[in-house]
This record gives sequence, C-alpha cells and structure tokens, in this order.
Amino acid sequence: MSDFSGTLTADERIASPSLLTRLAIRPEIGALLGALVVFVFFTVITSQFVTPAGISTWLDTSATLGIVAVAVALLMIGGEFDLSAGVMTASTSLVTAMLATKLGVNVWLAIGVSLVFALAVGAFNGWLVMRTKLPSFIVTLGSFFALQGLNLGVTTLVTGTVQVSGIATAPGYASAGYLFASTFSLGTTTFPISIVWWVLVTAIAAWVLARTRFGNWIFAVGGSAPSSRAVGVPVGRSKIVLFMTTAGAAWLVGTINILRFTTVQANQGIGLEFQYIIAAVIGGCLLTGGFGSAVGAAIGALIFGMANQGIVYAHWNSDWFKLFLGIMLLAAVLVNNGFRARAERARR
Amino acid sequence: MLSKKSKRILLGMAAAAGAIALAACSGPASSSNSGSAPANGTATGGGPINVAVVTHGSAGDSFWNVVKNGATDAGKQLGVNVTYNSDGDPGAQSKLIDNAVAQHVDGLVVSMANPDALKTSIQAAVKAGIPVITINSGQSQSAAFGALAHVGQDEAIAGQQAGAKLKTAGKTNLLCVIHEAGNVGLAQRCDGAKQGFGKTTNLQVDINNPTDVEAKIKGALQTDPSIDAVLTLNPQIALSAVNAAKETNSKATVATFDLNSDVVSAIKAGQVAFAVDQQQYEQGYLPIVMLKLYHDNANTVGGGQPVLTGPGFVDKSNVDKVAQYAARGTR
Repeated sequence: MSDFSGTLTADERIASPSLLTRLAIRPEIGALLGALVVFVFFTVITSQFVTPAGISTWLDTSATLGIVAVAVALLMIGGEFDLSAGVMTASTSLVTAMLATKLGVNVWLAIGVSLVFALAVGAFNGWLVMRTKLPSFIVTLGSFFALQGLNLGVTTLVTGTVQVSGIATAPGYASAGYLFASTFSLGTTTFPISIVWWVLVTAIAAWVLARTRFGNWIFAVGGSAPSSRAVGVPVGRSKIVLFMTTAGAAWLVGTINILRFTTVQANQGIGLEFQYIIAAVIGGCLLTGGFGSAVGAAIGALIFGMANQGIVYAHWNSDWFKLFLGIMLLAAVLVNNGFRARAERARR
Repeated sequence: MLSKKSKRILLGMAAAAGAIALAACSGPASSSNSGSAPANGTATGGGPINVAVVTHGSAGDSFWNVVKNGATDAGKQLGVNVTYNSDGDPGAQSKLIDNAVAQHVDGLVVSMANPDALKTSIQAAVKAGIPVITINSGQSQSAAFGALAHVGQDEAIAGQQAGAKLKTAGKTNLLCVIHEAGNVGLAQRCDGAKQGFGKTTNLQVDINNPTDVEAKIKGALQTDPSIDAVLTLNPQIALSAVNAAKETNSKATVATFDLNSDVVSAIKAGQVAFAVDQQQYEQGYLPIVMLKLYHDNANTVGGGQPVLTGPGFVDKSNVDKVAQYAARGTR
C-alpha cells in the first residue's frame, strides 16, 4: 500500500483490477461458495436445518472445530503442520480437571496451569522442528502419540479410571464456566458461548494476518524460509510462536469442553487433527505454505459443521456418513484449486 | 482493500460484542431453555412416531450393529420411524442429541458411556417434552436426568458373575482385556471380574487395530505363563485372544462378553468357554416398544428399576440355538 502520487499514465500494472478478479484471488472464495452450496442443499432437503434450534446445533459443532482450525491455518500458512492439536484438546481438559478435582485447585488456576502446559508443549514442538530440521509432520506425529499415551497413562494413574469428572463442584467453576461454557439466548434459542470465541479468534487471526508485521512474517516464512531469513525475518521465533498458537487454541477448546461437559475421557480428541487441517485446506490454505486465510479456515469449519449435522437432519443412514464427508471435502478443495489457478493468472 | 477488510473485521467484532451485550447470558450450571418447545407438546396421535437413537458406538462396531438392527426391526414392526446415529466422542454425541431435539423427535434413545457430558443435552430433551430412554450404560444417572427408563445390563454384576464362573472352573490367574480407552463401562466389568475372581491383571488394547490386539495379548501370555484365563469384553477381541493363546501354546481358557457368529463357532469348537450375553438386540428393540407404548397409551415400563437385558450366559449347552440368530445379526 505505497503512496504513489504523481502523474499517472494508463498502465495495467497500476490499474485497479475488476471486482470479479479481486474476489477470485481471495483464498477463501472457494470455501465461501462451498458453504453456500452446502447451506442451500440442506436447507432445501431438510425442514429443521434453518430453524433457530437447527442453526444452533451446526454452529455449535463448527465453533470448537473452527477455533483450532483457524490457528492451524496460520501455522500452515507459515509452512508447518501440527498433528498434536486434536489430542491437545483432551490433554488440556485432563490437566484442568485433574488439578481441580484431585488437588482442589481453583478452576481459574487450573485453567492457567493447563495453558502454560499447552504453550510449553507448543514451544517444544516448534523448537524441535527448528532444531532438528525434521518435517513438522513427523515431529508433531511424535507429540501426538506421546500426548495420547500421557492422557491415558496419567489419568489411570491419578484417578484409577479412564475419565475425570466432578469439576462442577470445584471452586471457581461458576465464574470460569460463565466465560467459557455459558449459553446466550437470541429469541427463544440458546447458543453456546463457544460460537463467540470462534468469531473472536477468527477476527484476531484475520487482523494479525492482514494488518501486522507478524502477519507478514507468517506469509514470508511459509513462502520461503531462506529468503525471509535473508531479509531479517526471525524465522525460528515466528514458527515457534505459531506452534504455541495452535496449542493455545487447542487449550481454549479443551477448556470450553471440560467446563461445558464437566467430564473428560482419556481417549478424546483423536482424529480431530485431520479435521482441522481439512478445514484449513478447504479455506484455501496450501499444504506447501505461504498462502491461505484465517477467515477461510473458519468457513471450512462451518462447512464441516453444517455437513456433520445436516446429514443427521436429512435422516440418511449414518453408515454412509464418512463417505459423503470425504467426497464433499474433495469437491471443495477441487473448487478451491480452480479458483487458485484463476488467481495465479490474475496476479501475473 | 486491506483497510476495507480490517474495517469489516472491526465491524464484525463490534456486532459480536453487541450481540453478547444484548443476549441474556446464563452460566453452564444453570439450565437454560433449550430451543423452541414444540408447539403441540408431543406429537399428534395420528402421524407416525419419529424416534432418534443416539449411541456412543463407533461406526462399524459389531456389537452396536446388533443394537441398530434391534431398533430398526422394532421400528418396522411397529410403524415407528427410527433414525440411528452414533459418535464415540461425548461432545459430538451431545450435539447429536441437540440435533434430535431440534428436529422435535417424539422419542429419544441414548447410550450414556459418559453421562456427565450428556447431562445438559438430555435434560434439554426432557424439558422439551421428549421422552428419553437410556440404554446400555449410564444406569445410575438415568433417572436423575429425567429418563423414563434404562434398558441394559449392570456392568459390575455381569463382570462379577463372569469372574465367579471362571473361578468355579478352577482358574487362578486372569487377564482382563480392555479394548477402548476411556470407556468406563469396560473398566467396571474388569473391576467386577476382579471381585468375582481374585488375581486379575488388566491389559489395554486398541480395538481399531486388530493386529495390535493379538500381538499385545500374545505378549501378555508370554510374559506371564501362569495366566490360565483370559476375559475379553468384545467378541472381536475374543477371537484374537483365541489365536494368541494358540500361537503362544498357552493353556489359557478364553471367555468373553458379547456374541457374534465367530464366537458362537468358537464356543462350539471348545475354544471359548462361555460368552456373557447382554442380548443387546433388546437394547435396541425394547426402547422403541416402550416409547410406542408411552406415546399411544402413556405406559411406562420398569417401575423405576433398570430393565435388565443381561447377563445371560451362552455356552456349549445352548449355543446351537443362539448360533442361527447370531448369523443374521440379531444376537
């Protein structure tokens, strides 16, 4: 956005592109179209999909998925993966629950400790990736299994069972629950507060990407780490912060879950990591990094949530659920690619 | 373009903040009115009844497939529209329940592997005037959540009886194989078995990885040759245990919870001593009958006590009769 003043001659390089082109080069446009298609589809074939109660269920599903998906999108734009994000939602829940129920720690403090735990694991992931030069796919696959084992091992060791419950009676539960797990009413329908968190996280991430120096660094390190290092971008620090961001987002979802459901199973969260990545990819992120959008990832999560609940509203046999999901995700990504090819042409 | 975008973002944030400020907030502890209540309470007597079955079984699990068959068969016979959905993640399961409430179903059947996590959703369903019946697990919380009845088997009692039966057979060292981390019902079975049997070791395996299951049981049998009984909690695992015992030349007797056609053959062949049968077909079938009775005639079943579908034992004496039913997916 440089201030270019002076006499202008007609030159295609500084002519403002048409509205259509401007739209087509947005990474989230494919996801937006996909979301519209899915929305219209389920609105037409089911009667409850667009009732307030129906909207509440699919926004609910989308929200906890979207919070982490947005953070994962930032990380993927930065050129890295995090496969431990799904299990991290369970780990943070378990840390909070065990501190509050077994040691009688105030819920706020327990949440704080589990945030520190999450950020430490995130920082460790990032540090390991930068130090070993191993692909983050491998490193975080390791932390995924390690956390899974920790979840089960520590839980059975401390509680003797495989789930931790009873946080509702811990001190500070009510006030913490108010912030993370309350509901708000619009008309006669209640919506979980997680939807607000989702919007907030998406807005902050979009702002960081578009308006801050750190946002530029994210695109730079994802596009080409050597080049960004050459122009003075702190590559290692940026990536470590991004890994801490995904862990932090997983902590937020873990906190929302434990306070809302007041119980956590040791095997929760497995498989979610791929849903986050899928949501980010639908939202226009490239697996190679350097391109993508936070808003797109939020829309990707919305598509996932709409399909998840829409299939139930449509009374389809649940045996076919995953097949439909897979086909739909593939279609969304193909549409994205079509748009991206167009965008590349428009950019030239 | 960027400045426009950030303005939009700020606007969005302001709008969200406004929405919160306007919205009546209520904490998670206090129950809140959920959804718009159906205009006419329960459904009119004329139309068909819609019942949603929401379980915690993973898709493709042989045990839950029988429950599903029970529910859909009852639906066909009684003219009830039955939809079946399942998710092992308690949060996702509660959202499926919310979904059924939003559809104003006339009845809800829920398995509660993790009752606390489902509490809010089930109570919201009860509040919306939807009759709820819990099945399979969560017996102790069923009435407190406002369910009409619970249909299932008491896990601790079933485990105890299985343990006692193995003890009577003269066994001294038991290996109890848990195939789903995080399932409380399974842990209760092994605890019960320990009470009924005595010296018991638990082994954790992953049912989604059959190779791993067999290898782990093999390892356990090799590590401790004095193990002379293996109790598995799922028919698929039972067969892995039989193979593991065969390949390690272990003399361990295998007994299992639940049936499928392979376990039936194994019982006939003497490879499996007995199966604790909780007759889960009934856990799918009976709730549909009960909801139909409640809907048409305001009847309840069970008198506030759980309706027990087990434990029944299948061994050499009665296995032939059960065999033909297991083959068609109803036992």
